[in-house]
Amino acid sequence: MRSGGRKPVNKPQRSGASRDAGRRRGPGSYLERHLQVLVPSLGQLNRAPLSALITATVIGIALALPAGLYVLVDHARQLGGHWQETTRISLFLKQNIETRQGEALADTLAAREGIDSAEYISPQQALAEFREFSGFGDVLDSLESNPLPGLVVVQPDFSYQPDAIQTLLEQLQTLQEVDIAELDMKWVKRLHSIIDIIQRGILTIAVLLALAVLLIVGNTIRLDIENRREEIVITKLIGATDGFIRRPFLYTGFWYGLAGAVIALVLVNISMALLQQPVSRLAGLYGSDFQLGFTTLEMVMLLLLAGVVLGLLGALLAVSRHLRAIEPG
Amino acid sequence: MILFDKVSKRYPGGQEALSTVSFHLKPGEMAFLTGHSGAGKSSLLKLITLIERASGGQILIDGQNLARLGRRGIPHLRRSIGTVFQDYRLLHDCTVFDNVALPLIITGLQRRDVVRRVHAALDMVDLLNKEKRYPVTLSGGEQQRIGIARAVVNKPPLLLADEPTGNLDPELSREIMALFELFNQVGVTVLIASHDLELISHLPYRVLTLEKGRLVHGGEVADS
Ligand SMILES: Nc1ncnc2c1ncn2[C@@H]1O[C@H](COP(=O)(O)OP(=O)(O)OP(=O)(O)O)[C@@H](O)[C@H]1O
Ligand SMILES: [Mg+2]
Repeated sequence: MRSGGRKPVNKPQRSGASRDAGRRRGPGSYLERHLQVLVPSLGQLNRAPLSALITATVIGIALALPAGLYVLVDHARQLGGHWQETTRISLFLKQNIETRQGEALADTLAAREGIDSAEYISPQQALAEFREFSGFGDVLDSLESNPLPGLVVVQPDFSYQPDAIQTLLEQLQTLQEVDIAELDMKWVKRLHSIIDIIQRGILTIAVLLALAVLLIVGNTIRLDIENRREEIVITKLIGATDGFIRRPFLYTGFWYGLAGAVIALVLVNISMALLQQPVSRLAGLYGSDFQLGFTTLEMVMLLLLAGVVLGLLGALLAVSRHLRAIEPG
Repeated sequence: MILFDKVSKRYPGGQEALSTVSFHLKPGEMAFLTGHSGAGKSSLLKLITLIERASGGQILIDGQNLARLGRRGIPHLRRSIGTVFQDYRLLHDCTVFDNVALPLIITGLQRRDVVRRVHAALDMVDLLNKEKRYPVTLSGGEQQRIGIARAVVNKPPLLLADEPTGNLDPELSREIMALFELFNQVGVTVLIASHDLELISHLPYRVLTLEKGRLVHGGEVADS
């Protein structure tokens, strides 16, 4: 305008041509436009770094709680393996099996893979033990013959997991000399069912806290939308699509979720490091070399994924509820 | 380019802001829209960009019936219309450059082309040396010119302006009008709402006059 203003102006596009412009975009440009917004949305968080950090930390704590509990219980399950020394298989032999045969069986079994030791207990020994512990001595005396069968007590390998022991039990059951094979796994079973209950509890806590993360992200994004109302109105007036306006908010949710997950990882691992010493001291008292580890790679991926998904979902909820209502007028 | 056929607009609140307004603005034409305050000028412009929907009658923009245009079609309509707002409507935490670039960015234009076209538009309104400034650090007239640069950066076939000279001194107003004439000379259809009769009367363009929502002058369809 003023002096240099009278420049030749380009011919305007016919609107038919501008209609095609939408279709003429290069294949890479969709991604490019995403990247154009992904990084500036970090800049958005940078504008109020303290409140963004607080939000991310709250998300981090909410994620760290179930994650930390899960890691602990996972370790407890491994600990269950150490307690299998209390696991024994009792093989009740058929009545016609002689002491000699029973001892031979115990010897063969002891040499077998997956079995640590096997001991033969004769019907007489069994009766003596029973007499001692049950207090039914008089009743037993009145019996004409010893009703108790011979017994082989098998101690499975310590490293065996519960299902492997179950398989072993089934194999032993098919032995010709064996009448009944019985597994005494009370401790392990109890431990496992306790862990199952705890895990279910953790799952409930995790679901509730995931809901909390959704609400935190959703509410933060809602406030963000309110603060940028004017900006949203203007971009709509200029012809921005809903998708374009939605994108930066979704990315903000993405960053919150990711940052929250990273904070959660840091928190969980710090807690594990702090628990490390007292736990191994306690384990030492029980003669175990049990150690608390850090989060596994699998756990890291799962936590990052959970954070990102929850962040995006929370943002999506806020955006779909509040963005549509903002219209120029 | 713009065809109004017995268009009326009634706001939820009460009286009719526009009643049975009919006119036709041909492609490449330039016209002024005048009338007292509250006559319905802004309402008429809002109907064209679908900020408001007509209560009756038909509006055709470049052959497209707006009544049949759904929510999803609105962004495309608005991209083909450059609008200069009475209250500028600038993004205050963005630089002058970013404000003008906005219409290009929402269409996903390549960065290189964005820079080139924003510079061309800023050059046209003589603000090239202020591209890194923020709108609030500029005068009202300069902000108005940012709005104009943003409206034309996309090279839309239709340009609407609501009181573009509202806050400007006569000297600056004439310069702004000269700019609109320039766009019109390269084929842009231009419709300007203004109550500055003094300024309009010196220019050789068609004038549409609204009075209490009725088109009392300039509505007759030009021959041919
Ligand atoms: N959103 C709205 N809701 C209800 N009534 C409205 C709304 N917008 C405008 N009106 C009414 O419609 C009529 C026309 O308003 P409009 O803004 O179109 O006038 P105008 O010609 O642009 O006036 P001005 O020169 O003061 O800008 C007025 O009576 C106004 O009160
Ligand atoms: Mg008005």
